[in-house]
Order: sequence, then C-alpha cells, then structure tokens
Amino acid sequence: MSIDHPRVTARFPTLKDVLASPTIRSYSTAAAILAAGIGIGGILFFLLLPTLIVLPMSLSQTDYIEFPPQGLTLKWYSAYFNDPDWMAATWFSLKIALATTATATVAGTMAALAIVRGSLPFRSTLQALALGPMIVPHIILGVALYLAFSPLQLTGSFLGFLVAHTVLAVPYVIITVTASLQRFDPTLELAALNCGANRLQAFFLVVLPNIVPGVAAAAVFAFLASFDEATVAFFISDIGGKSIGRKMFEDIDFNLTPVIAAVSTVLVATSLLLMGTVHLMNAHKSRS
Amino acid sequence: MTRSLTPLSSSPSFRRSSSARFYSPTASLALVTPLIAALLAGFLYPVARLIALSFSGGTLSHYRRVFTEPLHLDVLFGTIEVAFVVTVASLLLGFPVAYLMARLSKGLAMAVAACVFIPLWTSVLVRSYAWVVLLQRNGIINGLLIDTGVTEGPLKLIYTEGAVILAMTHVLMPFMILPIYSALRALPPDYVRAARNLGAGPIRAFVAVTLPLSLPGVFAGSVMCFVLALGFYITPALVGGPGSMLMATLIGQQTTVLLDWPFAAALSTVLLAVTLLFVLLFRRMLSLSKGLNSVY
Amino acid sequence: MIGQTLSLAGLQKRYGEALAVRELTLDIAAGEFVSLLGPSGSGKTTALTMIAGFEAPSAGRIAIGGRDVTLLAPNHRNIGMVFQKYALFPHLTIRQNIAFPLRMRGRMQKTAIARRVEEMLELVQLSGYAERYPNQLSGGQQQRVAVARALAFEPPVLLMDEPLGALDKKLREAMQFEIKQLQERLGATVVYVTHDQDEALTMSDRVAIMSDGRLMQFGTPTELYRQPNTEFVADFIGRMNFLDGDCLDCTAEHTVVRFSERTVLKLRSAANDGTRKYAAGTALRVAIRPERMRLAKRGDGGADALPGVVDAAVFVGSTYIFLVRLADRPEASLQVQVAADGVVPFQRDDAVDIVLDGAAAHVFPVTERCVA
Repeated sequence: MSIDHPRVTARFPTLKDVLASPTIRSYSTAAAILAAGIGIGGILFFLLLPTLIVLPMSLSQTDYIEFPPQGLTLKWYSAYFNDPDWMAATWFSLKIALATTATATVAGTMAALAIVRGSLPFRSTLQALALGPMIVPHIILGVALYLAFSPLQLTGSFLGFLVAHTVLAVPYVIITVTASLQRFDPTLELAALNCGANRLQAFFLVVLPNIVPGVAAAAVFAFLASFDEATVAFFISDIGGKSIGRKMFEDIDFNLTPVIAAVSTVLVATSLLLMGTVHLMNAHKSRS
Repeated sequence: MTRSLTPLSSSPSFRRSSSARFYSPTASLALVTPLIAALLAGFLYPVARLIALSFSGGTLSHYRRVFTEPLHLDVLFGTIEVAFVVTVASLLLGFPVAYLMARLSKGLAMAVAACVFIPLWTSVLVRSYAWVVLLQRNGIINGLLIDTGVTEGPLKLIYTEGAVILAMTHVLMPFMILPIYSALRALPPDYVRAARNLGAGPIRAFVAVTLPLSLPGVFAGSVMCFVLALGFYITPALVGGPGSMLMATLIGQQTTVLLDWPFAAALSTVLLAVTLLFVLLFRRMLSLSKGLNSVY
Repeated sequence: MIGQTLSLAGLQKRYGEALAVRELTLDIAAGEFVSLLGPSGSGKTTALTMIAGFEAPSAGRIAIGGRDVTLLAPNHRNIGMVFQKYALFPHLTIRQNIAFPLRMRGRMQKTAIARRVEEMLELVQLSGYAERYPNQLSGGQQQRVAVARALAFEPPVLLMDEPLGALDKKLREAMQFEIKQLQERLGATVVYVTHDQDEALTMSDRVAIMSDGRLMQFGTPTELYRQPNTEFVADFIGRMNFLDGDCLDCTAEHTVVRFSERTVLKLRSAANDGTRKYAAGTALRVAIRPERMRLAKRGDGGADALPGVVDAAVFVGSTYIFLVRLADRPEASLQVQVAADGVVPFQRDDAVDIVLDGAAAHVFPVTERCVA
C-alpha cells in the first residue's frame, strides 16, 4: 500500500498539482486528465456560447446572421432606439420592473421577517405557497392570469403586470432575505429594545442596516425576474400594453433581424451589470 | 407592535410570542398581509379560475379529451421523457463542472463560477434567440460543419427535439451545478484524506466517499431540473417544432391558435397536477434556496 | 447614586413541561452588586432575560424602585444591559453606539448627547476611539464600549450577562476590577450573571446561587463560604471534602458522627445552620474545607482525629495540598491544605492523623448524589 502512495499530501491535490506532480506514474493518467480538462472546457464553452454570441451578431453589417460578422456597425442599435414599438415596450417593461422591485422587495422582506422571527401558526403552508410561483409552470400562470385579468380589463395594463410580476418575483426576495435574516444575530435587536428603541426603530436603525446587502440582492433578483420575464407577459400583454419580453418573443418567431441581437445585448449588459454589482458588493462585505 | 402581556399558555405558539425574540402573532400577521394579498390576487384566484374553467359545462369532457386522444397522451409522456433526458444530461455535464469548482483554487474556481453564473443571469429569451441563430439552416453551426467538410449541405438542426433538449439543458444546467457544488463544498476534505490514508486510490476515494456524500446536492439539483423542465415554454416554443410538442407548447397552441380555452385549462390542470405530484414526491430533496443562495 | 432597588417575587418561567426558573424571590438593595451564580442550565440567564423584559415570566412579579414592571415592554424598562458577546451595533461607530440609547429617549438635545458620550468614553478610557467601528476594537475595548452604552442613560439597574466570558484570564481579572470600581463610583445596582465562582465572589456584595432553576442560597461571599446551607452550595463554592457517616447523637450543641468502627467524632452543631436535628442512625454527610484541617504524626492528633496515610502531596504556590487516604476506610480520601513554609512536613506513605476543627464542619443529610 505505502509503495503505491509514498506521498501524503497535506491538502487535496488540485488539478494543477496533479499535472505538475513528478510522481505521475504513466502517460495514460496524464492523457486522461488532459481529456477531462478538454471535456470540462467544452462544457464551459457550451455554457457561455449563447451569451457571448449576441454581441458580435448585434454589430454585424449584414441583415442576415453571419459569423464572423463582415464589418462592424451600430445600425441595429439605432434601429432599436428609433423604433417606437421597441421603445414603447422597453419603457413599459422598465416601469413595471421598477414598480415590481418595490412591491416584491417590501412585501417579501416583511414576509421573511414574519417567517424567521414571527409567530405564525401556518408558517410552512405560507412559505410553500409563497414559493409556489417558482415551481408552478409559468405557462399555467400565464393562462390563469389571462383568464382572471381579461374580464377585469387588466390585460396589457400596468396594474395587471404589477400584480403578476410581484407574485413571480416575491419568491426570490423571500429566499434571499430569509437567508440574510438567519445570519443576523437577533441579540442585536434585543440590545436595541433594551436601549429604548421600539420595534419599528429597532428594525429601521439596527436590523435593516445589517441585512441591507441581502435586501439589495433581493431587489436585483426581483427587477430581473420582471424585466426578463416572457411567458406570463406573453399571455397578459395586449395591443395597448406589450412588454419587451413579449415583443422579443414575437420578433424571434416571425421577424428574425439583428435588432433582436442589439436588444439582447442591452438585456445581457443590464443583467450582468446588476448581478455583477451585487456579487462584488457581497464579496466585499464578506471580506471586511 | 406591542408585546403580548396576557397570562401565558404553555402551548408552543404562545411561548414564542411571550419572548421579545419573536414578533407577536398580530405583528406577524400584519407583516404577511401584503404577501397574502398579492398571492390571492396574482396566484390563488387565477389558478382557481383556471381549474374551474377546465370543468366548465359541468362535465369531464375536456379531461376525457386529454386522456383518450393518443396525440395528447403522447405529448404528456413525451414531456416527462424530455424532462428526464434533460435532467440526466444536466447531471452528466454539470457534475464535472461542480466538482471542478469545488476543487480548484479560489481564483480559478471564481472563473469557472463565472461561466455558470453568466448564462444563469442571461434572459431565457436571449439564450433561446442565440440557439435559434446558432442552429438555423444557414446558421453558424451549419456553416462550420460545411466549411470543415463534415457535411455537404446544411443539416436540419433547429425545430427538432434535439434542439429543444440542447437548449433546455443549457438553461437548466446551472440549477444542477449549484446544489452539487454546495454539497461538495460542505464536504470536509478530511474525509477524502482519511480514505486516501486508509489506502484507497483516488478513484476508490471518489466513489466511496465523495460521490455518496454529494448525493443530497445531486438529488436537489435533479428534482429542481426535472420539475422546471416539465413546464418550460419559451425555449421549446422558439427552438422546437411541430414534432417536438411538449405540454407547455400544446397549451400555448390551444390558447393562441385554436382559442380553445377550456381545453387549455384542462391541459394546464393536468400539467399542474403532474408537477405538484413530483414536487410532493420529492419534496424532501427539493431545496429551492440551495441553488439561489449560492448565486450571490 | 443612580441605583434603585430591584425585587423579584416568586418569579417563574415555564417552557412546556420544564421549569427554567422556579419561585425565584430576591430583594436587591439600591447600589448593591449581586451575582447570579450557577452551572449552565441553572436558570440564571433566563432570570436575567425576564428582568430585562425579553421573556415574559410565567408567574411572579418584578419591581424596580418599588414600581411593578412585570408587564412592561423591554424598551420602557429603562434597564441597562451588557450582553454576553456585547451586542454592539456593527454598522455604527463607537460614538453612535453609545449615543443610541440617548437618541432613543428623545429628551436630550444633540449637544447634551455629544457631551454625555464624551463623558462615557472618558469613563471607560476610550476617548480616542469614538469614530471606530466595533470590529476595529479588541475584545476588552468592545466590552468597555458595551458597559458605556449600558450606563450612558444612567439606568437604575444594570444587568450583565457573563460579560467577561469571551476574554482571556488576565484581561478578565483586570476588567473585574474596573467594573467593580465603576459600579461603586456610580452607585449602580448591578445584577451580574456568571458561572465563574471566583468572579462572583470577588465582585459581589451578595451572591445568589442557582441550580436547576432553584435559588439555593443568597448571601454574602463570606456567608456562602463559611455557612453553606446545602450540600450543593458547599460543593459548588471553593474546595470541600465530604465524608459520610452515621449519626450517633444530635443535640443543640453537638452532633456525634461515627465514620467507622474505631472513629467517632464530636462535631459542634453551631457549624451547620442550627435548624436541623438528626435522629440517631441517620446517614450524614460531613463537609469540611481543606484549610480547616491539619496533619499530625500518627498518634499525635488527640481524640478528635482521623488516622490516614499520605497518598500524594501537591505544591500549589503558597500551600501544599495533601491527599490523605483514611486508614479505616481506604475508599475515602481527604484533601488537607497546609501552609508551605519551606520544609515538606510529610512524605508519601507517611502515617498521619487528620485533626479536624469541629466547629468548621458542616453536616448535611445524605442525598442521592455521591461526592466523596
């Protein structure tokens, strides 16, 4: 046994160690590791490919899709920004997403407080129900919301979208804020009460400042859950009110032009910017 | 926000409220009221209406159509099959990535994590669009295949079941990778060291120690992928064709093309029941927070 | 003098079937430093959280300065508290932490608050640290900030929940001294929870010893040491020897205990609490401190002596501790403390007599718990 394993490593060997190790017995081991590396590299490339491809496509001269693009242009971006339909859909979605961020973050944070710190007799039921919209297929929610909203003339309306997207976004807020609250030391709130603060003061002056990274992350999730949403939007949009998701869905299906690539690039940039910020903020927070 | 000062009962729910560590029942109820209002208006009432419509006419005629016409049954079982295939594909492709992420040094692990998070943060619409562009008749992949002489003419890649499985696997892989990653991260390296010290080779140590201890993550990821795959709409609607009809696209077709809402409602109720059945069956393994909490 | 009286009357806390605190009655004088001392799970922290108002009692009353506060919300009790891990607000500077209770009271002007904070910082010798955040301070400094925050609004009662538990031994001893000085200077009424008996005995005017939710004894450190009224207290405070025997005779003046066929000792009853009379034949447990015995050569001990053999001698600085096995009862051994003055008086295996100070022995009935 000990002849097979003369070296006892202090830590688990990483790929790099194994490759650099002089004790590699045979070339077949090295070849296997190399093959595994290439395989995993291929999987990572597969993961990144769709995101990476939209930028060059949006800059392509030709109006059919060509790769690599022949010459660069910003004309698809100007087409996007000058198209009243696209602009209307973008502003409509932006308005809804911002309002949804507010409602979902507030309602979700309040609910998370009650779930973590409250006395609720039906807590697990409520929790399961609140997370339901994450699990129930969105097509079902889309059809159901259309059936409910259509007689009330809520389809294509700001209010209809707001209610629908709040329900879709709230699970992300509850999960994220609940995790933050579970990391928060409740003794700090007792200390605030002991110092003479009432419950509201204790929340706003002590609890909230300490869970703010989680709440901010939750708000970003909520914004993207609304802004990038297409299935429910597909059903509850109408001529008067169409979200950017619905507009994109239609154009991919019937009118495939590089304008979609430009819109996609804008969406990807927005998502990566927001999520990257949250990620860096939390990475910074956990370092300090 | 007043504390309950009434004489205290010994029942557990009252016990919580007598402590300042917890909010009183009244305050707790007030805190969940906005959520309950939103859920009622945007979730429970609409779904209830949908289920009611599926029984319209006071008969089960719509359900009879779902379960007697071979086409619809084929779609139902086809959906379950596709969800299963996508889950297995995500697991086979995702496990090595998760394993690598857990084993690499911090900087490299961050780079791999970025490759997982960036698609996760990219809108499903954008990704479906990219697959359409990549896979279409005169698209990039066909161009590449012809240029390298693998094929003579363009292959039919888009609007096939293969395209649907490929695109869905792409969307769901992060939901597989993240729970497995967090299970592997939680695994103390001492276990593997102990196994190695006791004479197990690297492969034996992996099979006997790492793999079984990563199973909770594998199950959580698999259940999540499978359940989400059952209800996918955008991706199969855009990259799939008539030959790759799933429950969701069938419902879409009934509502947008055929305008048969009661039948669509019955199909939706069946899909909802199937989804909930799997969620209830595997609820112990399902952890919604596991994947999401590692996102930031 | 900011302190006021604090009285607990029949305080009780029930968690389901379990009683965390039973019938706790304590009257604490204004300006008094009282420790709640006991092993973990004895109910001392639960009692403290009830005084602070974090947990509502299942029964009983709490009064501060004669005013019943049993049903008052914690933020209206005006009690200062130093938490176990300080519970300083991590997002606020030291200045803001100390100003927090003043701001919450809303009666003070901004300039008055600023002046008060400066005073408090000076009091705990942290004047240069006002703009730092808690995680930039050492454990001892954080502890002082916690004290400053708790005292800033001059509370009539200050509660401290194992405030020194997170500090190392040396710093802990220095802080004990500082806290005690501060308390005496301000005349604050302090209730101090600890499981460290040295801490409780050095700092407190009186100590309440708790076990299993019950108050075992409430008295000055000297009383607890000299007149423990239960076997638990006798064992818990300081070093104690226990030896079981039978009662031969018990009067108001003395108790005669037989330890073996040959050894019968007459102990003066004044040493126990005097209220108990034992019938002849009762199984008794005699407790005596190591320093209330001395050693003599075998045969030189006189009538009231226990013959034994030295098993081990341990040098502990100013004294020796001898471990002596009884000649008649080899299963029992006693610790005897002897002042160290250069020569080691006895060696291992020496035959000795243990001479007891009969007035210093405590006699308890034998309970289930076996100590000796």
